[in-house]
This record gives sequence, C-alpha cells and structure tokens, in this order.
Amino acid sequence: MKKQYLWLLLAELAFIIAGAAGAAFAAESFPHNWQMGFQPAASPVAEEIHRLHNMLMYLVCGIGGFVFVLLLIVIFRFNAKANPKPATFSHNTMIEVIWTVVPVVILIVIAIPSMKLIYFMDRTVEPEMTLKITGYQWYWGYEYPDHDGLTFMSYMIPDDEIDESKGQRRLLSTDTQIVLPIDTNIQILITAADVIHAWAVPAFGIKQDAVPGRLNETWVRITKPGIYYGQCSELCGKDHAYMPIEVKAVTKEEFKRWVRKAKRDFASATGILNQPVQLAQIEDIE
Amino acid sequence: MSADHHDHKPGFFTRWFCSTNHKDIGTLYLILAIASGLIGGGFSMIMRAELHNPGIQFLMDDAGNPDGQFWNVLITAHGLIMVFFVVMPALIGGFGNWFVPIMIGAPDMAFPRLNNISFWLLVPALLLLAASAVVGAGAGVGWTAYPPLSSKLFHPGMSVDMAIFALHLAGASSILGAANFITTIFNMRAPGMSLHKMPLFCWSILVTAFLLVLAVPVLGGAVTMLLTDRNFGTTFFAPEGGGDPILFQHLFWFFGHPEVYIIILPAFGIISQVISTFSKKPIFGYLGMAYAMISIGVVGFIVWAHHMFTVGMPVDAQAYFTAATLIIAVPTGIKIFSWIATMWGGSIEFKTPMLFAMGFIFLFTMGGVTGVVLANAGMDIAMHDTYYVVAHFHYTLSIGAIFGIFAGWYYWIGKMSGRMYPEWAGKLHFWMSFIGINVIFFPQHFLGMAGMPRRYPDYPDDFAGWNEISSYGAYLVGFSTLWFLGLTIYTFTRGKKADDNYWNVQPQTMTLEWTLSSPPPFHQFEIQPQVK
Repeated sequence: MKKQYLWLLLAELAFIIAGAAGAAFAAESFPHNWQMGFQPAASPVAEEIHRLHNMLMYLVCGIGGFVFVLLLIVIFRFNAKANPKPATFSHNTMIEVIWTVVPVVILIVIAIPSMKLIYFMDRTVEPEMTLKITGYQWYWGYEYPDHDGLTFMSYMIPDDEIDESKGQRRLLSTDTQIVLPIDTNIQILITAADVIHAWAVPAFGIKQDAVPGRLNETWVRITKPGIYYGQCSELCGKDHAYMPIEVKAVTKEEFKRWVRKAKRDFASATGILNQPVQLAQIEDIE
Repeated sequence: MSADHHDHKPGFFTRWFCSTNHKDIGTLYLILAIASGLIGGGFSMIMRAELHNPGIQFLMDDAGNPDGQFWNVLITAHGLIMVFFVVMPALIGGFGNWFVPIMIGAPDMAFPRLNNISFWLLVPALLLLAASAVVGAGAGVGWTAYPPLSSKLFHPGMSVDMAIFALHLAGASSILGAANFITTIFNMRAPGMSLHKMPLFCWSILVTAFLLVLAVPVLGGAVTMLLTDRNFGTTFFAPEGGGDPILFQHLFWFFGHPEVYIIILPAFGIISQVISTFSKKPIFGYLGMAYAMISIGVVGFIVWAHHMFTVGMPVDAQAYFTAATLIIAVPTGIKIFSWIATMWGGSIEFKTPMLFAMGFIFLFTMGGVTGVVLANAGMDIAMHDTYYVVAHFHYTLSIGAIFGIFAGWYYWIGKMSGRMYPEWAGKLHFWMSFIGINVIFFPQHFLGMAGMPRRYPDYPDDFAGWNEISSYGAYLVGFSTLWFLGLTIYTFTRGKKADDNYWNVQPQTMTLEWTLSSPPPFHQFEIQPQVK
C-alpha cells in the first residue's frame, strides 16, 4: 500500500511541473501555433502579470493535483471490492477546521501580491506622453495630443491583400501601425464613438474597454522595440473579429523622426471624422 | 375513497397540458430541457465546426463575405438557451419538481397551479427566443446583451425586443417557481423532517430559490430599461442622453453572478445525494455542506463586478471585488473536501451516476482553480474576454451543471420511468463525455493565455492547432449526446423494470424516494410519512 501512495505523489509532482512549464513557456512577440503560455512580456505590467501567474500556477496545480491524488486514492482504496464494509464516521471537527483555515491562508498569500499588482497596473505616476484611442465599428482611431494632435485611423488589412513577404499577418496586421517610443511612460486614454470595444495588447498586459461617454485610462512603458499585436476584446457587432491593433515600438530617436514624417502624412485632430479616403476603405472591407 | 381513486390519472390532454402534478410537471421540464439542449448543443457544433480551421468555412452571407452577425446570433442563442432553457429547467424545474416534494415527504408542491404556469411560461419564452434568431438580422448581442450594441441604433428590428420578452417570461417563470419551492420546503415537510435533517438536494433547491427571488427581478428591471431605451426614448444606458452603458453591466451582473450559483447549486445537491448513496456513507459534515451553500449564495451577491474588471472601474473597487471573489474559494473548497471525505472509508460502487459525480468533482476543481486565477483583477485583465474565460466557465457552470444533470438522470431515471438503463451504455456515455469535454476545453486555456479573444468566428492562423483539437473534442461530445438519446429511448421502451430501491440504498443514507414504488404512485404519501 505504501508504494502505491509514493507513485501517486510522484504523479502529482509531475502534474505540478508540467503545469509550471506551461506557464513559463517562452514564445515570440505574436501568438504561435501550439503555444501554451503567455506572449512574452514587453512592459513592466505584463512582467508583473506573468510573475503573479507563475506563482498562482504552482498553487493551483498543487491544489488541483492534491484533489486529483485524493480522488485516485479513493478510487483504488475505497472501492467496494477493496473495502467491502463502509466506515460510519460523518464528522471530524479538526479536519473541517483545517480545510477551512488552510484555504484562507492560501488566499491571503495570493491576495498580497495580487493587490500590489492591481495598484501598479492602474495608472502611471508621471506620464511623458499621451495616446488617445477611440473605438469605432470596426476600426480604431488614434490621436497623439502631445504631438500637435497627430491623428489617424487604423484598419485591418483584408485577407486578400495580406503580403506575407512584408511580415504581414492575417487578421492582425493593420494598414497604419501605431508607433510608440520605448522606455517612455505612456498614458493611454480610451473611449468609443458607437458601441463598447476593448483595446487589448497581450504583450503589454493591457485590456481596457472603450466605452462611449466615458474616458478610461491605462498606461504602458514598452521595454523592447518590435511589432506587437492585439485584437478587439469586447463584442462590438458583426466585424468584431476584424479590428486588430498593431503597435510598432521604436527607439525615442526613431519615434521623433516618425512624428515629423507622420505630421506631413496625416491630417490633424480637427479632421478626425472627416477623412473620405479612409472611410472608402471600410467599405472595401465590408 | 378507495386507493385507486387517488391513483386515477386524468386523460392525455388534461394530464400533460393542464397538469398540476409535480411529477408530471417535472417530466415536462425535463422534456423541454432535452429538446432545448439539442438545439443549444447543435449551435455549439456549428460553432466548433466553423472554428475547426482558420478562415470562414460555413458562416458566409450570400455574397461570400464572412457573416459575423450570424456568428453573433449563434453565440447569443447558445448562451441563453443553455442557461435558461436547459440547465435551469432540468435541475430546478425537472429534478427539483420531481424530488423535492418526495424527499421532504410532501404529497405535491404547495401551489400546484402556479407550478403549471411556471412551466408553461417557459414554452412561449423559448419560442420567442428561437424566433428572435430568425426575425430580421437576429440578436447578435451575446447573452449579456450589453448596450449600446443592443440598442435600437445598432440592433434595429424586433429581434432584441423578442429576446428581451423571452427573458421576461423565463424570469417570471423562475420567480414563480422559486416562490413555490420556498413555500413548499418551509411548510410541507413531513413530521420529523426538520430543516437540519433535510436531504442536501432540498437544501440546494431552497438556497437556489432564494437566489432566484432576489436576483431575477434585477435582470427583469435591467432588460425592461433596455426595452424602454429601445422603444420609448428613455436613455438609461445611452450616454448621449446622460445615461451610462456601464449601469446596465452592473445590473446585469448583479443578476448574472448569482445566476451562476443558481445553475451550479442544484448540481451540488444532486452530487451530494449520489456520492453518499454509492459510498454507502452519510454525507460528511452535513451541516458544513448546507451552510457552505448558504454562504456561497450570500457571497455570490457581492462579487458581481469581477465580470467587469476592464470597464474602467476605480482601482479600489477592483481591489474589493478581487478580495470578495477569492473568498468564494473557501466554501467551495469545503464542499469538494467534504465530498472526498464522504467517499473516504466508503465502499464505493462505480455505477454511472457515481462516475458522473466523480467527473463533476474533477471538472469543478479544474474550473475552480482557474477561477482563483481569474479572481485577481490583474490576472483577469490579461484573461478577460479570451478563451481562458471560456474554458473556466464551461468547466464549472456549464459542464459541471451538465454532469450534475446526467448524474441525477442516471440516478433517478429508474425511479421516474420505472425502467433501468443498460449500465454499460451509461458508462460508455460517461467516458465519451468526460474525455470529449476535456479535449474541447483544456486546450482553450492555452488559446486564452496566448491571447485568443472569445466571440470570434475567425482567428489568426497561429491559433489553428489547439482549435482543431478542441473541435475534435466537440464532435466526440456530439456523438456521445446522440448515444445518450438512443440509450434514453431504449430505456423507456425496453429497459428492465426497476425495483423500489434499485440502488440498494442503505439505511444510513436513505431518502424518502426509495420508500416509494418505481415509478411512484400518481399521488404519493397518502399516509403521511414519519421521519425519525
């Protein structure tokens, strides 16, 4: 009998390790096939989310594995063949107190880092620049209030125009990337003009609803240059799946160069709803 | 009056259409649940077939473009049908009606005619909901129906109004049914059947009934405000008129979170009965189990905004809702451990209901621990509206509830129909369902962590692998459901006759239904039973 328990403990150990490995699985900056964990973190918030998740994975795999092992013991040890005569007990105050108190302790262990994370994620103390985002059916509008109100719209590239040789990805690439500098505290303000949308970039640990009539705030400090993708994350109608987010993070110098060029290329904030060329493009998508 | 007078059954129309008998009404509820289950389950098969490969396979409009609206109608109908027309009618209307009066030693429900109308309100509700999917563009708003998407501007036509009326009728049905259960349980227990002796299934229905009475009117209010916003020019949820779309979300989830416990608590009750019977041991920590359900019900009312961590809530509110949500893990933990302790030292027979009960514990634990992850606002912001959440809630309240229903079905089918199912066929049904469900939903955790949003008819090609696996699981579950149907028809037509106490329920775990014939007489307990 002793040996049987040993095997079960080993099984639990394997279960926990497998779970933790899943959590720590490294990947590229976009989802890839058979991925089992998060996209790699590209902001302090995402790093903290991953850290908390790794801790939670050890705990929940431990708890899940423990219940699983108890079930196996029950199945092998207390089936009618192995144990023809049922026991008669139905109370044990000590064990009931234990299985009430121990979970409380575990929850406190979880709650402390969790609370720290919630307050850390909320907003940046000293924003160095602001990005204003507006959700539309079914595209995103971006405005850079600190850069002369630079404004543009960003649409998904339709499937038949995707050029994989340029590294474009179906359902993720947009016609206009949002360009942001790295190592900069960026305040992000989000609203919507029609229905509720949600602006989400997994690598930044951001997901914030865009609600008409409300201005929501979040923040990001991008740690690595690169292309980051996200998708609308609140049901917003028939093309909910077709309004992705594509962020290009560059160095501060490159960002300055981009701003100069962009000011020539895009209209200013005053023309936000008045861009016939862009509007013609939605009809193309439809 | 002779005994056969009491067992005299009315004619077909009177018996099934004007029924006031709790067992017949329970049967009607179960038939409705199975019929809607086939519709709602059929929708999920279409959804998984569409998601089998990246790109749009089936859901195209006449011009060959992706028909996102049709997809949204499917997910809306799947959610509403499964919640309001499958799980609730089966667990509360079906098993609750059948076995609460019997288990407390009552001849029928307190208000038999109210019971009748509770059921018959559901039928037009289901028809309205089904019609809403085919009238105009359909209601593609998700089961949550958040405005402004559900407002007149973005959903013109009658579909959303019809879905709202469907919710009104289903809600009225639930409230009337709940009032009936509360009255029955408080007033019609047999002598000696104190509340603290009542079987845990009756406790679970009692707590559920209170949740219904307190939560469903809030939904009724919310959808009525939506209805007047849509049709009579009010602006409760319209920012252009000084309203706020987030108000709807608060009202919806003030109902919606207790609703998930409304769904799962009766399953808890059934699992308790089944585990106790097949372990041949009384339930471990009976009082702890009953009060754990009450505390789940109470705490369930103060955690609603954990569904809304991304709406732009103040950070202190996020902290509060995180803490309150984590607390729910304590009473649910008590339940899991008490079930295991009930089995511990038992002499377990692994009949089909017991397999489903143990499967329930496994699935509920799995969904429970991901719930502990999601409870943290910080984690939820990463997971919200991804497949991780889809996996989490299907493991707990969807498949958990369905396993509770199947456990109850196989446990009581002999009692209800007088005929036994073939044991091997039931076990095969269990294994196909159990494996299939894990194949569907386990990979969805990976998809969610990688960032795949829910409610998408198409996804970036890099999510293809796990989606394909998930779809294979769905086909297996689809087949197992057909198997279940065949098995049920076989049971009703050719199943072996069931004894009164066909599970050989031992005195230490006895409940009153096993003292009656199988099926029970049309009116049971002509002589009031005495409970020691």
